[in-house]
Amino acid sequence: MSTSSDSFRSGLWTDNPGLVQLLGLCPLLAVTGTFVNGLGLGLATLLVLVLSNALVSATRRFIRPEIRIPMYVLIISSLVTCIELVVLAWFPALGRSLGIFIPLIVTNCAIVARAEVFASRNAVLASVRDGLAMGAGFALLLAALGAFRELIGHGSIFARLDMLFGGEPLRGLALVDGGFLLAILPPGAFISLALFIAGKNELDRRRQQKLSQLQRRSA
Amino acid sequence: MSGDKPNPPLWSSALILAVLAAVCTALVAVTQRTAAPRIAANEQAWLEQSLAPVLAGLSYDGKLSESTLVIPTPHTLPGDESVSVYRVFADDQPVAALFVVTARDGFTGPIKLLVGIAASGALTGVRVLEHKETPGLGDLIDSSRSDWILQFSGRSLADPDVSRWAIRPDGGEFDQLTGASITPRAVVKAIKETLLYFDAHRSEVFARSGETVDAGAEQE
Repeated sequence: MSTSSDSFRSGLWTDNPGLVQLLGLCPLLAVTGTFVNGLGLGLATLLVLVLSNALVSATRRFIRPEIRIPMYVLIISSLVTCIELVVLAWFPALGRSLGIFIPLIVTNCAIVARAEVFASRNAVLASVRDGLAMGAGFALLLAALGAFRELIGHGSIFARLDMLFGGEPLRGLALVDGGFLLAILPPGAFISLALFIAGKNELDRRRQQKLSQLQRRSA
Repeated sequence: MSGDKPNPPLWSSALILAVLAAVCTALVAVTQRTAAPRIAANEQAWLEQSLAPVLAGLSYDGKLSESTLVIPTPHTLPGDESVSVYRVFADDQPVAALFVVTARDGFTGPIKLLVGIAASGALTGVRVLEHKETPGLGDLIDSSRSDWILQFSGRSLADPDVSRWAIRPDGGEFDQLTGASITPRAVVKAIKETLLYFDAHRSEVFARSGETVDAGAEQE
């Protein structure tokens, strides 16, 4: 039994916080206009999730049912404040671009959900792994949605990647001239997420079908 | 989690919360201490960096942020807030004035513009600092999205004539943007008003240097 690959399968696919649990939709829909914004907020959320899982798990001996929510709130909000300061100090362009959505990580219910469901009941190492898996699932979805919307909406991709990795400002790789505007407007966020969820469900259905066919054949 | 144990006393819960709060506050305080100088430096660099595009080719001395002039309301500049002007000097001679003005009549909100005017009255350049215009349409005024805003460099109230300071559909000289005319109209109008203000108040804009350098002097 490999708990590590289990938690990653769960975070990235079967229990993906964005695609399946539909947690943290506010940042998910709001910042995924471009790949770099999605990736940036995804990584920041990943970091908060790992650290908050670690801290909640490390203090789980002191957690009592009646004060557990205030404890989570304290831990998560302090971490988010620290991450915000770090982003503003070391990734100022990204900080300007994401604006209010960095402090809003504090309201991402995926984080408090992992604290309650997992970190408060498991050892530190397992909780860190869970944070990594769930955070990676969320970050990948944000980056993929951002890439998808940027590609369709602007006809280009990877604009302003310099905000994360430094270097000269990039306008992005233009693949076609112009784009389908709807994708980067708010409705485009909902439609794109819906397409992603539908795609995941379809993939799951096909795999299920194949599996049951195989079982029938072998029976 | 409490199980069959008796309820722990309330004060111990309070103690746990208090200790956690102290630890968390310490964590935030330490991070803030470490990050604060960098954040301040970033803001300074961001200001200089945002001013740089409209200073292309000009030689000047001193830090721009130290020659700031604030024009309080009421004024005839675009926007209804006080306007910051960064004055640029070389050997005590005025080189240019950079106005941070706000076009109030954008499509989806105010548009914050940086308008650089050389002492001669010609534009050294215009850049959009902040806007909420529609992605893909109005946001093409942003130099990171298209070259539209670059067409103003070198123009002045004489080129084109004041009456032609408008977008083409309004009988003016300047290109509009495909699918968006409200945004470029607002930008052109704001630039024109800034040029008119500078034309009327040129000596005041540069002369007040003695009074207001204190804004930056205390940093030295």
